[in-house]
Amino acid sequence: MSERVVTERSSVLVRLRTSWPSVAGVAVLLLVLLVFPVFAGVAYLKAGQYVLIGVVGAVGLTLLVGQAGQLSLAHPFFLLVGAVSYAVLAGDSGDSGDLVGLGLPPLLAVIGAVAICALVGLAFSPVSGRLRGIYLGVASLSLVFLGLYLGQSLDMLSGGTSTGRPPPTFDLFGFRFANSDPAPTILGVAIQKQQRLWYLFLVLAIVAYLLARGAVRSRVGRAWRAVRDNEAAATAMGVNVARAKAQAFTVSSAFAGLAGVMTALWLDLVKPDENEFIGTYSITVAISYLAMVLIGGLGSIPGAVAGAVLVNGLPQVLTLGATEFGWSIGTLSPVLISAFVYGAAIVLVVLFEPGGLAAIGRRLTTRQGDR
Amino acid sequence: MNTFLQLVLNGLGKGAVYALLALGFVIIFKATEVVNFAHGSLVLIGGYLVYATKDALGWPGAAVLGIVSAAVAALLIERLLVRNARGADVNSLALLTIGVDVIVTEEVVRRLGNDIPFIGDPYDAAPIQFAGLTVFRTQLVALIVGAVLITAFFLVFRFSNWGVAMRAQAENKEAAALMGIRSSRVTATAWLLAGALAGVAVLFMATQDFSGAGLGRGTHAIALIAFPAAILGGLDSTAGAVVGGLVVGLTEALSAQYVSFEFSKSAVFLVMLVILVFRPSGLFGTRELSRV
Repeated sequence: MSERVVTERSSVLVRLRTSWPSVAGVAVLLLVLLVFPVFAGVAYLKAGQYVLIGVVGAVGLTLLVGQAGQLSLAHPFFLLVGAVSYAVLAGDSGDSGDLVGLGLPPLLAVIGAVAICALVGLAFSPVSGRLRGIYLGVASLSLVFLGLYLGQSLDMLSGGTSTGRPPPTFDLFGFRFANSDPAPTILGVAIQKQQRLWYLFLVLAIVAYLLARGAVRSRVGRAWRAVRDNEAAATAMGVNVARAKAQAFTVSSAFAGLAGVMTALWLDLVKPDENEFIGTYSITVAISYLAMVLIGGLGSIPGAVAGAVLVNGLPQVLTLGATEFGWSIGTLSPVLISAFVYGAAIVLVVLFEPGGLAAIGRRLTTRQGDR
Repeated sequence: MNTFLQLVLNGLGKGAVYALLALGFVIIFKATEVVNFAHGSLVLIGGYLVYATKDALGWPGAAVLGIVSAAVAALLIERLLVRNARGADVNSLALLTIGVDVIVTEEVVRRLGNDIPFIGDPYDAAPIQFAGLTVFRTQLVALIVGAVLITAFFLVFRFSNWGVAMRAQAENKEAAALMGIRSSRVTATAWLLAGALAGVAVLFMATQDFSGAGLGRGTHAIALIAFPAAILGGLDSTAGAVVGGLVVGLTEALSAQYVSFEFSKSAVFLVMLVILVFRPSGLFGTRELSRV
């Protein structure tokens, strides 16, 4: 934790002097992300948005699995709860009037959806607080099955498996995240629905990143790590173990809920899955989120971002490559290839670099003698 | 009453299959403390080879080949990967098997393409009428085969040298090694055995009687149901695996009839959750104690 000591002791100026390469790097990255819609077409924007959804979800999961040491496969369930809650809170009753919709302003609905997910996560804490390791992993899997069943049976909320329901268009104080005529332009490029969603998702991902980093660097994060490493020792240090565990699950669920709202907006559809093994909220998704945090390095927030870029980005890039540049991938679908890649990446990470991409990055950026 | 008896019989048949899978988890867990998430892919490997070779070898030959190859695949996972990651803790090893599982499952599903074959030829889709009850033949055969295999396993586990060695290793690895027990051989046999049990289980899973769905992603998902079975019985208890398997089979059969088919899988997990809330290490599992 030598970085921490440095940041605490030094003034902002000293910090700037010592860390200017990373500051410059972040600035360049932000600039690229900001002008991305100017040079990228809609297909690329969709791919980018999908990666940003993964970032929000993976950051939330790495807090739970990596920082607090609670293995969870329940992420897709909270994505589903988030997506459906948003549609219910902001939506209307549909053409035939058989859906529940409260018609709240979309911003309020997003906040409400995230809050609902947090509460559901809190409600699971009697289970998550008692169980450890694999027991908790399998117990959390039950939420995915429960979500599948509830999604299928509560048609008036979820829209049902056959048609689903459209998520309400997001709007922020009258600015709608939909196509409009005339549209505002940046550098001559019209900022339409997909461009607006890109900026929305970018802001949400950055907010999620900063919040998570704040949690990790503060008292809350220290409590999580203490509980992860040794519950008895954490108790002796005055950490309320049950509370810390419940807190981690609640916070992580809230992140997943936000990712769920984003998923609904990205797909432009809220629709429960037809089975448990393939779909938007399925076991496959649970495993891919786990892959993100594992490949990135358990507990590392930049690592989770990198993992999300790899796991969610690769199938998108391969699809784009096939459609836009005619890459030939034969009978292998992009989803299949990326499953191979991330499956292999998990195996390699566990065998050779348990710290994941984060550890590799740390080794590359830290010169000898710095630490 | 007849419906109920029928459901119980069919549920026990399904439960026997879950018990075979759960027993595999438990055997591996006892020997290595690794939870094998790749069990579903072992099931798929066995099933796929039965499907691919049954025309050439005939069903019995193909079944033997499937069982053997599932066992060998399990051994390979242990020898090539798990063994070489000795520095990693057991949770990371569980995640490693998830990686293996993703790769194998995708590959088998790709090879199957649009086929979703049924592989229970000798007994599938020929229900037996018996004293006014309709019993699926697959479930009946599964129940008998399961009972025989599980009894055989318990006898071996109790009385053979291997069984003693295995129990000694589960109790205390270092002490067992000092007594001259070859840990690597015990571990290898444990994985082989678990793989073989998975290979047997798939012969009943990819049938019309059992799931109504052929070999494919669905079969892999059914293998996941064996997780609650192993967990609710207690991951380190072989008897618990059998009880857990039967509980899961009965819960699934009864809730599918009396609540709804869609609810049956959730019901299995809900039963597990309730048990875990009261007994966090499962029904027969050893309580985890931490010394301060």
